[in-house]
Amino acid sequence: MSGAPEPTPEHDDSTDAEVVLSVRDLEVSFGTKRGRAEVVRGLDYDLHRGETLAIVGESGSGKSVSTLALTKLIPIPPGRGTGTAHLGDTDLISLSEAELVHVRGQRIGFVFQDPMTSLNPVHTIGRQLTEGMRHHLGLSEAAARDRAVELLAKVGIPSPEDRLGDYPHQFSGGMRQRVVIAIGLSCDPEVLIADEATTALDVTTQAQIIDLIAELQADLGMAVVWITHDLGVVAGIADRVLVMYAGEVVEQADAPELLSRPRHPYTVGLLASLPVLGDTERGDLAAIPGLPPPPTSLPPGCGFYPRCSFRSDERCATERPPLREVVAGHLVRSFYEVPEEQSRRASAATRIAIEPPDVRDEGVA
Amino acid sequence: MGRYVLRRTAQAAVALLGVSIVVFALIHLVPGDPVRPALGTRFDQELYETLIARAGLDQPLLLQYWNWLTSALTGDLGVSFRTGQPVTGALLQRLPATMLLAFAALLVGLLIALPAGIVSAVRQGRPVDYAASSFSQIGVSVPDFWFGLLLILVFARSLGWLPPSGYVSPLEDPVEAIRRLILPATTAGVVTGAILTRFVRSSVLEAMGAEHVRLARAKGMPERYILRHHVLRNAWIPVVTITGLQLATLLGGIVVVEVVFAWPGIGRLALDAVVRRDYPVLQGAVLLIATGFLLINLLVDLLYARLDPRITTS
Amino acid sequence: MTEPTHDPAEELQAPDEPSEPRWRETLSALLKNRLAAAGMIVLALLILSAVFADLVAPYAYTDGDIVRRLEPPGRDHWFGTDELGRDVLSRVIFGARVSLQVGAVAVGISLMVGTLIGLISGYRGGWIDAVLMRTMDVLFSFPVVLLAIAIVAVLTPSLRNTMIAIGVVFTPIFARGVRGSVLSVREEVYVRASRSLGASDWRIISRHVLPNVAAPVIVQTSLSLAFAILTEAALSYLGIGVQPPRPAWGLMLLDAQGFIPTGAWWMSLFPGLAIFLTVMALNLVGDGLRDALDPKQRSIIQSRGVT
Repeated sequence: MSGAPEPTPEHDDSTDAEVVLSVRDLEVSFGTKRGRAEVVRGLDYDLHRGETLAIVGESGSGKSVSTLALTKLIPIPPGRGTGTAHLGDTDLISLSEAELVHVRGQRIGFVFQDPMTSLNPVHTIGRQLTEGMRHHLGLSEAAARDRAVELLAKVGIPSPEDRLGDYPHQFSGGMRQRVVIAIGLSCDPEVLIADEATTALDVTTQAQIIDLIAELQADLGMAVVWITHDLGVVAGIADRVLVMYAGEVVEQADAPELLSRPRHPYTVGLLASLPVLGDTERGDLAAIPGLPPPPTSLPPGCGFYPRCSFRSDERCATERPPLREVVAGHLVRSFYEVPEEQSRRASAATRIAIEPPDVRDEGVA
Repeated sequence: MGRYVLRRTAQAAVALLGVSIVVFALIHLVPGDPVRPALGTRFDQELYETLIARAGLDQPLLLQYWNWLTSALTGDLGVSFRTGQPVTGALLQRLPATMLLAFAALLVGLLIALPAGIVSAVRQGRPVDYAASSFSQIGVSVPDFWFGLLLILVFARSLGWLPPSGYVSPLEDPVEAIRRLILPATTAGVVTGAILTRFVRSSVLEAMGAEHVRLARAKGMPERYILRHHVLRNAWIPVVTITGLQLATLLGGIVVVEVVFAWPGIGRLALDAVVRRDYPVLQGAVLLIATGFLLINLLVDLLYARLDPRITTS
Repeated sequence: MTEPTHDPAEELQAPDEPSEPRWRETLSALLKNRLAAAGMIVLALLILSAVFADLVAPYAYTDGDIVRRLEPPGRDHWFGTDELGRDVLSRVIFGARVSLQVGAVAVGISLMVGTLIGLISGYRGGWIDAVLMRTMDVLFSFPVVLLAIAIVAVLTPSLRNTMIAIGVVFTPIFARGVRGSVLSVREEVYVRASRSLGASDWRIISRHVLPNVAAPVIVQTSLSLAFAILTEAALSYLGIGVQPPRPAWGLMLLDAQGFIPTGAWWMSLFPGLAIFLTVMALNLVGDGLRDALDPKQRSIIQSRGVT
């Protein structure tokens, strides 16, 4: 397939910025011993320049796989991605391995979860930072080095020129993640994919890294896909949020809208289960009971049906709910909506829990 | 780093002390008189007493050990009960042949194991992988001396391509030396290669599964580059270690191969000493090989520390 | 995939109570592993022919017909005859007896002594542990075959001393492995709990420690058997193991080498093949057991690079 993506019908009024990445009908499945595992079941989204899209879900929801599949970073042979994913004019899904090498790292940068393991212990960070630039941008050793120093300074590593020769174990976890971010940004990618990039870090470092990426984004103008299980992180950075469950989008909206008025039972459950700092009375830390269905045997109706405490439509058990646009730009995969009162209660707790960045700034001043 | 070297060296020294005690004890654990059987039918009271005195067997045990140890440290390992010649000289004369065979075998082993292990890891689950696994499974189960006999049967007796046994110094006749070296080195090397293949494969597999390899791929580095700089560069640290250990093991196990091919090395000397009840020679040979074994292990650990920046820079 | 698990139940789960090794599951897992199953069949045949050697072997191992010496394999003698006209097949069958016996007794010795040392060392700790483990370290500092040769040299070569020598050589492997397992079990919550409830040492060892140590020890036993049989064959081949007229495989190969110039290949081929098949069968069963009992455990022999 080729050609520019069609405009997105449901989301053309929210921003004028150009679409960098346009994903349509993305499906990913694996052959396993227990049958075909449908890990991603039809995903559509547009990512605009300068925008941060958060993809939220539990482990196994398909959130990571859906982005890794874009550049075939899941090399399990029986795994297949279908659909289209246009990065500019290029459909990533149709690219060969040889062509993808020029997308990875160059047009799409990645930051992974664990900074303790994502750097190679036997090479200096200078080497790991420059190898991509030399390969993709054809920089000379000296030029790559200069740029590496610049990048390290940009991600907040003190006296960067002295640290190029250091090995990863000589850095703290947070500093290592800064290095990984520098690597992700080194070739000026159009899209940066941060896969649980702050999950392995302590809370303070987490906040620093989130702020850093937000700053860099404002500075460089790239689009960010932020994959996380933590809605608390989402509030701090996301422009739009995509909630995934059992391989499909269950709710999608602008971040403020989604956090203040969640409409899917799963989103409501996720928000309600966020811990609230300093609140000891809310003892019923409402974790959603049960586990997601295994991708090899998905229920015939709504994927969330077995764990849902709101279910109020007989079709829930038998029919896969459609993704409906309930308010402009707010999509919900459900036959009904969670009543406003419960929705507000869950999100009220959230507001205390996560303090959006503007509140934080005012609090400090 | 400095402290690590010191600590590891001290450990080796302690182990060596333990080894020396065991080797010293050998002669005293022999039931009855250790000297008399060595003389056999040519018994001579005067010679007997000389040998007892020379070995210090008429002194208190602790003093004996002290004397033996201090002489050993100065390179004096006593004299043979059989020939009356210094043990050290006999050992030094045999050492080159053993070293030559051990290193040649290690070379053969590496020539097999590096390609086989790497290819089978990269092509995991494919036919090449199964072939390599079968080879190493067979190789670790084959008795080396039997394999040597088969090689002699085929290449010396039936085909007549190579001499069945014997050693020629490479300084005298390099071509003949190599012809004589091929069969014994292959015998010891194939078994070594089988063991190494497993390790190379599993090291490479482990390195391939590392998270930083995934990041390197996400960086858009080409597969060949990743294999070379992010997989093999990491896998070769354990491989170097295990290769060193394998050299140590070779040194210990080479006795048998030396006997198969009538190779005049330390191992043969030790075996002859056992048969002739020439305990000082046996002690010397065991001490030499065990010391070599310990030293190689020590060097391997130190080398490992050199190769791994996590140890070097902390 | 890299997502963290967020199943709180997983974190709260109590450590598995040490259960009896699950024999039934282990066995079925072992039989499903085709290589291990093949190994078990070969082993079963070997054991049967060793036990019933008198019935299975066509000739007695001492029976020689000097007229029909060095006869190649044929109808009367499937594996040919040796330099004294003895039937090689029969000698190979009787040789299984010696090999399996030496292997079993030697590994039995190291299993018992090593486990005991490991238990005491790991459970008691302190200076006892230090002394025992330094001793094991010293034994470990010798190459295996060399140490066996040295021990046999002191004790004089015989069947019994071969068993003792090999038994001593393999003791440190078991001692170290068991000690390691004991150390890790000792600090488990349930063990500390039962200690605080006043359970006796023996009870803790038999109820908690031994069952946890069992799996690695079983795997190690199987792999050590393979290596013990190889070592016995080597010692016998060197002429310092099993002594004639007993028909040991290694000894037969020592004989055979003298007749290679005459082209009597069958004398070399069959005894060696017997060693090879036995060792391979034990290795396959050992690997299968390891996968079935404890996929994480890597045998100590393997990690030493000796196998």
